[in-house]
Amino acid sequence: MLAIVGTVPDQAFPLVSGRVTLEKEDLSIEGKSVSVNRGTPALLAAVVKACEVLGDQGVTGFLVGDIGLGNGSRKLYRYLTENLPAMAVHTMAFHYLQPDVDWHNKIVFAVEAMEQKPVMIADAGFMYAAKMSGQAGFYDLFTPDAGELAFLADETAPHPFYTRGFILHDNNTVEDLIHRAYHHENGASYLLVKGMADHVANAGGVIATVDAPAVAAMEAMGGTGDTLTGIATALVGTGMAIPRAAKLAAKTNRLAGFYADPTPATQIIDVIREIPRALAQVLNEDDTK
Amino acid sequence: MNTGSPLSGINLLQRVTMGFKRGLFKKKRRKLPERTREDLGILVFENTSEVIQAERILKAQGWKVRVMGPPPGIQSGCDLVIEIPLIEELHLWRLLDQEGIPPLEMVPVTAPLLKPVDLFHVKDFGDYLMVRAANMKLTVEKKSLVIVNVSGGGCPDVPYLARMMVGKPLGEAARPNTMGHTLCGYALELALQEMERQCLQ
Repeated sequence: MLAIVGTVPDQAFPLVSGRVTLEKEDLSIEGKSVSVNRGTPALLAAVVKACEVLGDQGVTGFLVGDIGLGNGSRKLYRYLTENLPAMAVHTMAFHYLQPDVDWHNKIVFAVEAMEQKPVMIADAGFMYAAKMSGQAGFYDLFTPDAGELAFLADETAPHPFYTRGFILHDNNTVEDLIHRAYHHENGASYLLVKGMADHVANAGGVIATVDAPAVAAMEAMGGTGDTLTGIATALVGTGMAIPRAAKLAAKTNRLAGFYADPTPATQIIDVIREIPRALAQVLNEDDTK
Repeated sequence: MNTGSPLSGINLLQRVTMGFKRGLFKKKRRKLPERTREDLGILVFENTSEVIQAERILKAQGWKVRVMGPPPGIQSGCDLVIEIPLIEELHLWRLLDQEGIPPLEMVPVTAPLLKPVDLFHVKDFGDYLMVRAANMKLTVEKKSLVIVNVSGGGCPDVPYLARMMVGKPLGEAARPNTMGHTLCGYALELALQEMERQCLQ
């Protein structure tokens, strides 16, 4: 099972778990329909679209409604701590959840109780909690954007909102921030840093950089980071080594953006639509097999 | 005679050089008295939504309060606090109580507070303008002043706020300081305020 854990921006949406499919351009899970905008629905849609090329991976969503009050997230955290130990999951991505260190740590204990630890991917609010808890090393891949990388690099910041100015300063290169994040033990085994150029890194430094095609408008679009994490998750789910999966995901996301020919007003579904075409091309051209 | 002074035995030139290095001969600048921490307190709330509401209420009534990060010793409440003049505690507490958002506690400031990010980045895309505050980005079409995209952030109110704001003109869109609940929501409010400053003033 490839599992995606996150929230839906609808307070009334119940806690559901089950196989996820795309019906036209809405997600379908346990008979419920979720519109694909930004956030976890965009990540899930990217995974499903990538699997059109990669093959079925039993994409399973663990979703709950939460509009920022945290009650939905806590319900989902509780469900996972009670049920994860008995599950068989090969790849697991945690996404838009209310950052909560206590619940994060309970999730870590639950994962440790599983028969086999999944490949662990974290982004968004759950990545914030993972860093705050001091357990970044438990994860195989974090997918921060440039601002979130500065947060990982700032050993005192409990949230990107408090990243200190001298760390956010433009004079700090991505390489500097990656080094600093690992120095303070706030990096997962691998980082996929999204930005003007995407960087794949580990504690040794930058492994790969992807900067083409460059589509400037994607910076303003909500959801482009979510789709990148989704494509990377789908590739990792096939058993591909994380550095290669991260690099190919970065190429695919950029190419899908290029094919969507966006303006800063374009919505993410236009990029998601192009993922199969872009991924097929990237895999076809890949010479690092 | 040896006076025991660490400077005894050092000639005048050496003393002058050392003094220079220590800045003794620099022109002394008169420092304005800074506000001491002792006269500041923080109001702690159950959750970020309450902080956002309390800040809005207090500022609307002319109080110069600041939203800050809690010091490490605070174990209750959320990731934002409101810094207040200690002397006004009772008054502000009563005011917020009347508004239905009583603080959990008031704590005197004894340690440095975390400062929210105050850096804004503005990017011009030609027909569109993007403002980034902390980890949140807001983009507006210049001609219509319609919010066309919201991106960044990782808290669950971001997709919710984006749904409420995208497609609406500045001034008519839902405000994160009334609809948001998290630090990401608060950062988005700052981005919106900066965008309004850029476009409406």
